[in-house]
Amino acid sequence: MNRYTKQRLFGIAVRAAALLVVSVMLLVVSVTLARGGRVLLADPAIVATPPGSRYMLEGNGGFLHAVLGSLFIVGPATILSMVLAVSTATYLQSDYSSQRFSESVNMFLNVLWGTPPIVYGVFVLTIIIALGAQTSLFFGIIAIAIFQYPIMTRYTDEALRAAPDTVRESTYGLGATRFESACMTVRAAAPGVIAGLIMGFARGIGDAATVLFTTGRSTRMPGGLFDAATTLPVLIFDQAMSFNPEVRSHAYAASFVLTVVVLGLIFISKILAGRYARYTPGG
Amino acid sequence: MTQTPLTTENLSVTYTGDREIEAVKGISIGFPANRLTTIIGPSGCGKSTLLKSLNRLHEIQPNVKITGDVLLSGNSVYNTDEPTPEIRKQIGYVPQTPTALPVSIYENVAYGLRIHGDYESKTDLDEKVETYLRKVNLWEEVQDRLNAPGAELSTGQIQRLCVARSLAVEPDILLCDEVTSALDPISAESVEETLEELKSEYTIILVTHSMAQARRLADEVVFLYLGEVVEANNVQSFFENPQKERTKHFIGGPTPVESDSSTKLTAATSPTADGGENMFTGAGESSSSEEQ
Repeated sequence: MNRYTKQRLFGIAVRAAALLVVSVMLLVVSVTLARGGRVLLADPAIVATPPGSRYMLEGNGGFLHAVLGSLFIVGPATILSMVLAVSTATYLQSDYSSQRFSESVNMFLNVLWGTPPIVYGVFVLTIIIALGAQTSLFFGIIAIAIFQYPIMTRYTDEALRAAPDTVRESTYGLGATRFESACMTVRAAAPGVIAGLIMGFARGIGDAATVLFTTGRSTRMPGGLFDAATTLPVLIFDQAMSFNPEVRSHAYAASFVLTVVVLGLIFISKILAGRYARYTPGG
Repeated sequence: MTQTPLTTENLSVTYTGDREIEAVKGISIGFPANRLTTIIGPSGCGKSTLLKSLNRLHEIQPNVKITGDVLLSGNSVYNTDEPTPEIRKQIGYVPQTPTALPVSIYENVAYGLRIHGDYESKTDLDEKVETYLRKVNLWEEVQDRLNAPGAELSTGQIQRLCVARSLAVEPDILLCDEVTSALDPISAESVEETLEELKSEYTIILVTHSMAQARRLADEVVFLYLGEVVEANNVQSFFENPQKERTKHFIGGPTPVESDSSTKLTAATSPTADGGENMFTGAGESSSSEEQ
């Protein structure tokens, strides 16, 4: 086989791979949007209606409890995780830690990244049992924050590493402290940091395993920080397992909401990243 | 007698990474006030290292050991309780690569003033930003778009912005690290013009690869070779009546030991007229990044 034939075959293979991935993605998104959209258009109020007392059996009311549960868990978890991730990523830069230490921490982050989310769920459940507490929003926040932390740290760390070193040099040259210099470097890395923030949020809001053991799978509206709650992914699982076809159809509607939220977040992150990239040296 | 606000005392800088390299070897030298001193020498001779050690900027890199001292107006830069940022405020630094901070043009100049709290009101800050942008001849070009990102300026404008940003914190000394090497000839010329205008007001130390630039701009020249000062003199004596053999070789052509292409180009083109020579020196200088 000559060089040019190999090149053509490789070209076909990479295009086919790309086409396969895009087709699968389009199929999943369009089925969810079509089936979920149909249910939602027929009765849009289900998103904003609290569940009835026998919702899982009769499908009366809507799933506002899970929408709010997701927001109340993933919102604070993302903020908590972001603060920790930016701090850790800044610490991993040479100004605060040695290269050797930074490499060790990176290895642990990779281990955390690769840990299945169900393990975090079990871990937090162990804590709940040890404390004699009960599953609640609070422990859901902790579990999701632990799950998001390595994702966000990895994104932020990569973004900080990719930020031009001359930004750091320039700020120090002007008499900036390490903190002031780090703030400017984070700003220079803003597009990557935002991508990490959004990815963390998107992964957090879509994860079921972490909250399965920790929030309580409640079928009522969330009452407070230490009350049981549920999230959309857990609810989708419960709805899909229901005997009632109406409740099962709600699973598609809930999937639709989740998909639209994630797509919307990715869209927003693109816009924000583009806006900050204008300020980035070389952007 | 000329005042020397900045002097080094037996200053040595050693990189202690995988292998130990003494980049600056016991240099004792004075930099006169309100003069532009250029530090010249072939690639890897320790020019940038010497420059960064003057305001402790090399400390942001790992594995650097320093002995000796630097004195700023008689006060030690190294053996002092004064926080390093305060020292760096007094000895400003303009980097080799033109880098706009990831904020607006206005905020680039205001940054130093803000972190040091060197302004009284918003009006005062506005006035200072305008003053320093005017000082580097950038005000006319940017006054209508002060809120635009600094990164959207041309590289030449960014480098002048960097100079304005450094001047805004009102340093006593300004260190410039090959500030025209990343620029095209026209931008380089505008930055040189700015330095020319500033040199009567500030004590400027400029590291350069280009002999021609040293001739054009310098009042004093320090020639470094393998981490040591070979010769330091005023620009006229240095170029017209060099005292050391190595200086003569360096000015006259490629040094016998160093066969660095950038040195050849710089040296060979130094006596020619401005237009062509900038282009050649620029091309040579771009290969000097290993010093960083």
